[in-house]
Amino acid sequence: MTSNMGKYVSKTVQTIPPSGIRKFFDLVSQMEGVISLGVGEPDFVTPWHIREACFYSLEKGYTMYTSNQGLIELREEIALYMRKHIGVTYSPEREILVTVGVSEAVDLALRAVIEPGDEVLVPGPSYVSYAPGTALAYGVPVAVDTYAEDEYRLRPDMLEKSITSKSKVLILTYPNNPTGGIMRQEDLQALVDIIIKNDLIVISDEIYSELTYNGKHVSIAAFPGMKDRTIVFNGFSKAFAMTGWRIGYACGHPDLIAAMNKIHQYTIMCAPIMAQQAALEALRHGESEMRKMVENYNYRRKIMVAGLREIGMDCFEPQGAFYAFPSIAITGMNSEEFSEKLILEEKVAVVPGSAFGRTGYHHVRCCYAASVADIEQALERIDSFLARHRKG
Amino acid sequence: MELAKKILKILEHDAKISPKSIATMLDTEEEKVLQVLSYLEKEKFILGYNAVVNWDRFGENGVEAMIDVKVTPAREVGFNGVAERISRFPEVTSVYLMSGAYDLSIVVTAETLKDIALFVSHKLSTLDEVQSTTTHFILKRYKQDNFIFEKPQEDRRLVVSP
Repeated sequence: MTSNMGKYVSKTVQTIPPSGIRKFFDLVSQMEGVISLGVGEPDFVTPWHIREACFYSLEKGYTMYTSNQGLIELREEIALYMRKHIGVTYSPEREILVTVGVSEAVDLALRAVIEPGDEVLVPGPSYVSYAPGTALAYGVPVAVDTYAEDEYRLRPDMLEKSITSKSKVLILTYPNNPTGGIMRQEDLQALVDIIIKNDLIVISDEIYSELTYNGKHVSIAAFPGMKDRTIVFNGFSKAFAMTGWRIGYACGHPDLIAAMNKIHQYTIMCAPIMAQQAALEALRHGESEMRKMVENYNYRRKIMVAGLREIGMDCFEPQGAFYAFPSIAITGMNSEEFSEKLILEEKVAVVPGSAFGRTGYHHVRCCYAASVADIEQALERIDSFLARHRKG
Repeated sequence: MELAKKILKILEHDAKISPKSIATMLDTEEEKVLQVLSYLEKEKFILGYNAVVNWDRFGENGVEAMIDVKVTPAREVGFNGVAERISRFPEVTSVYLMSGAYDLSIVVTAETLKDIALFVSHKLSTLDEVQSTTTHFILKRYKQDNFIFEKPQEDRRLVVSP
């Protein structure tokens, strides 16, 4: 092996820090008997009728490319769904792009709008890919902190404080991974004027929108004056338990969708037709199964939060997604130390909050997409861990 | 009754969930759940709690049969008289009144094929109301009460993911 090929790696890639989760994954994956609250996906397998629809489409010979934008039938269903779900009408022909998961859509949107040096406002804690995605598009990620005492909502003053003449994009990601925070109607309303005044584009990742527990999900795109400047992302991974299918979509102004499609057509061509066929089935016939799964997450959310509080951990009640984000301040440890000790001593995997941004250093993410028995067992183990590690 | 229904929906899928957990899930008190449960049990909304066992895993070779039974309904009691009578036999695990070509569908379990044959010839067919029977032996079970009979499936998800 040649000794130093690393010098050929681009500066941009070199400067991106490795995922905080990766190191932890290596530690956990060799252990036996671990209860994992560290996952980022549903514990359900994709509903059978969706899998079966995919088999059927394969049997019929649907194995070819689709149009770059995705099957028109699927885009039509997405348009119907979005009108019903967030009250915004998108043209299936010009305003919807089917992508390889929301991850691809985030990358496309960032590359489509960012000029080198443009600043992208990323509220944190949040999912791990926005800042690296920005850097790969030669933009500059600017963290905007959110806090447990605000229920992890993005506060207008925090946003305003972070805006400079270079700010171009605001990322909104609610319901939020890892905090479970959501933005209600009034919280979003408070941001609208600031966004318009500063001429920002909003990238709104709403992948967890169906997993909103008290009340209905609201999208910023539904506010007057916001549809054109917002690109909304959604997909099938979380609500329909379809993570491995890698299928999502973006909805927005025709100019922005066309720009994203330009990158998409040269890099990806189109989302896999099998996944598109399955997604079509999910939107046409998947609602009742999806509702059952959501009800189940809600039950387990309550078990998790009540359990964490009972063993003395301070935990904001998550309103969406399937994560609880308790504080570990009572141990005096930082989140990486806590997570590492917890896995070694008690074989419970959680994800250090620091992986999601600087306000996550004293929190860990606990996923409750696990069986009630596993959640209760994990809580018992965390309890005995705390008994040994409570600070003075 | 709304609370009762919600409790039953949860137990129907997993009877091992504790009353305390049910209370947390439904935003109520454990005491309240216990009250509702004891009412449901007393009034026979809940008939019992049993495990769905896959005896094949033990290599046990019990026999189970579904028997179609044609009967003559009796004055006053219709099919109920004979159905209740059949239900009393301990080897009978389920009894249903059916629409269609026959009247009662019953499920019988026993140690051996011969035991079931004897039950049909000596006990079932000899009842006055029973006109005829057709016995189907169950050869293999694939799914029962929502459970698919297969080897335990490991969690295939990555242990940690973003």
